[in-house]
Amino acid sequence: MQDAQKLKTTERRLRPKMIEGEHTFGTVSDRIGGITLKRRTPFGWFIGFGIGFLIVQVLMSTITYLLFTGVGVFGNNQPVGWAVPIINFVWWIGIGHAGTLISAILLLLNQKWRTSINRFAEAMTLFAVACAGLFPLLHTGRPWLAYWMFPYPSTMGMWPQFRSPLIWDVFAVSTYATVSLLFWYVGLIPDIATLRDRAKNKYFKIAYGLLSMGWRGSARHWHRYEIAYLLLAGLSTPLVLSVHSIVSLDFSVSQVPGWHATIFPPYFVAGAIFAGFAMVLILCIPLRVWYNLKDFITDAHLIYMGKVMLATGLIVVYGYAMELFFGWYSATEYERFMIYNRVWGGPYWWFYWLLILCNGVSIQFLWFKRFRESAFWLFIISLIVSVGMWLERFVIIITSLHRDFLPSSWGMYSPTMWDVSMFVGTLGLFLTLVFLFVRFLPVISIFEIRTLLPQANVHGHSEDFEENVIDVQDTEKT
Amino acid sequence: MTFRIRKRRRIFVELICSQSRSSAVGTKGNSPVSNRLPAGAVDCEAKNMKENIYGLLAEFDTPTEMVEAANKIREAGYKKTDAFSPFPLHEIDEALGIKRSILPFLVLAGGVIGLLTGLGLTYFVHVYDYPIIVGGRPFFSLPSFIPPSFELTILFAAFTAVFGMILLNGLPQPYHPVFNVPRFALATREKFFLLIERRDEKFDYEETKSFMQSLNPQEVFDVEE
Repeated sequence: MQDAQKLKTTERRLRPKMIEGEHTFGTVSDRIGGITLKRRTPFGWFIGFGIGFLIVQVLMSTITYLLFTGVGVFGNNQPVGWAVPIINFVWWIGIGHAGTLISAILLLLNQKWRTSINRFAEAMTLFAVACAGLFPLLHTGRPWLAYWMFPYPSTMGMWPQFRSPLIWDVFAVSTYATVSLLFWYVGLIPDIATLRDRAKNKYFKIAYGLLSMGWRGSARHWHRYEIAYLLLAGLSTPLVLSVHSIVSLDFSVSQVPGWHATIFPPYFVAGAIFAGFAMVLILCIPLRVWYNLKDFITDAHLIYMGKVMLATGLIVVYGYAMELFFGWYSATEYERFMIYNRVWGGPYWWFYWLLILCNGVSIQFLWFKRFRESAFWLFIISLIVSVGMWLERFVIIITSLHRDFLPSSWGMYSPTMWDVSMFVGTLGLFLTLVFLFVRFLPVISIFEIRTLLPQANVHGHSEDFEENVIDVQDTEKT
Repeated sequence: MTFRIRKRRRIFVELICSQSRSSAVGTKGNSPVSNRLPAGAVDCEAKNMKENIYGLLAEFDTPTEMVEAANKIREAGYKKTDAFSPFPLHEIDEALGIKRSILPFLVLAGGVIGLLTGLGLTYFVHVYDYPIIVGGRPFFSLPSFIPPSFELTILFAAFTAVFGMILLNGLPQPYHPVFNVPRFALATREKFFLLIERRDEKFDYEETKSFMQSLNPQEVFDVEE
């Protein structure tokens, strides 16, 4: 045997870089802050905002007509008393969930890739919850009396009925909206301070100055700030899981076949995250192109989101399978009829198969690298999933209600033009709010991106950090 | 009248965006102290500067340099110190000897109060004030009261976390002396600063300044009050 020189080399597989290109603390601040502080608003922004704002007018007209006429303008009627308004409510609330998942749960799990997308995912949550809130509020018919749903010592001597899932909903959704707003604002404070110190325009200076509350980056402030941020993440995590669970209890606490199922809470939460990630992808794929943010929202981010979408989508598909199984295993004729009516026997059977196509079949493409790594296909699949999640709520709500226990009270449902215009209007509201947000606030968390830069680590570089190393292989070459 | 409103508005603007000013309002030249000093006093400016001073601020380029310097400052025995960075640095807490905040305990208390509020409210409403039988359940039907109580727990705890953090930090505080240093605007961008306040027992203008210069900073600034 030769006594050859042995070279021992260590190969380390590193996680994909979360920031591409050569960046310093300064360039990061300029690139992200520059979007808001640019002297001229890009022309494309006005087009996008204009389209959104025009559609908001559709919403305004609908609300005006609704308030002058009454909820009879919607298609809801016996036997389908809950219809498109609650479908839209559940759809919007679900979309919001991905924002909290990204900002809270992924923070607790120490997933660095959340940093680039958490800010606008949180903004998306807020706007989605705002759109969602409109539906139950206006569906009450007299929204000016909506405060009756909150517990306060009234002269009528009445209180909310705390055993009702609808009152749980009031508590869950209003807490969710409040905590999401707080979380978002706390995350914004240091970044608004950055904008305040760089703004040239007087009005921007005043606005950012007021919002940043005089943040100066003191070590003691950061210390408490990080504690508060982590605690908020810890509080938001059970909160977000509770919100869609409670929304699902609106249905499953009742006894309608197709609603009364124990699988509803986890199945709704998975569906919410699934729909939410689809919406995050729909927003961030054009955003990173239009605002040249590919250094921060890299292809790796899109691939991760695609994987989360695949995983949650499979949970949802499992939920569909379990619904079929429960119907059969219940040995109740009503449950069995509900499944028969939903899948092939009823007039809405094609909604079910469209749903399976959108949510079950389309995501299978994400198993393949070719689709997962293409922004175009991710965008298309996300659009399909968004439609699919709307159809899921249609299938659950409408097909369960329109044929329940008594054949004599069966009926059909179709939405009116006001149902449609209200939904389209909230899409416009969402679009408008997103455009305003992109224009006036930093879309990516600047201070958290700074911490991802290698030079942010005291004494060392990020490559040496254990958390960035996936596995280590010692190979010996002779 | 208009003039006064304008002036007030200007002061407001200056307060809010105080760090964008190059020189502080009411220091040096027009401060009452310097007006009362006898004209012709040779060391008037230097002495005056010392009296107006809030502390000394050193600028660093990298977090590592700042943390090393902070360690030396603590070892030298300075207590009234602070560091400013564009992002949170965990090492600085140890370097400056910052104690762990009581915030988590406040948040726990907030959560417990929220839980008790939720249970108390539902008990008061459904057992005491407005007892009504729904679905054959007992008046105190705890499982149904869990969701509202849980949401109130989270809500109260989250409010405590956010407002506790803001108030313990002494915010909102639109004016702070460090904003008088023009370069300090970079503290929210890319630079790192260390501050030794004048109220520190060991503070001596000349000595502390030369000590800070020995820490290898980019520059040392006088922070005017």
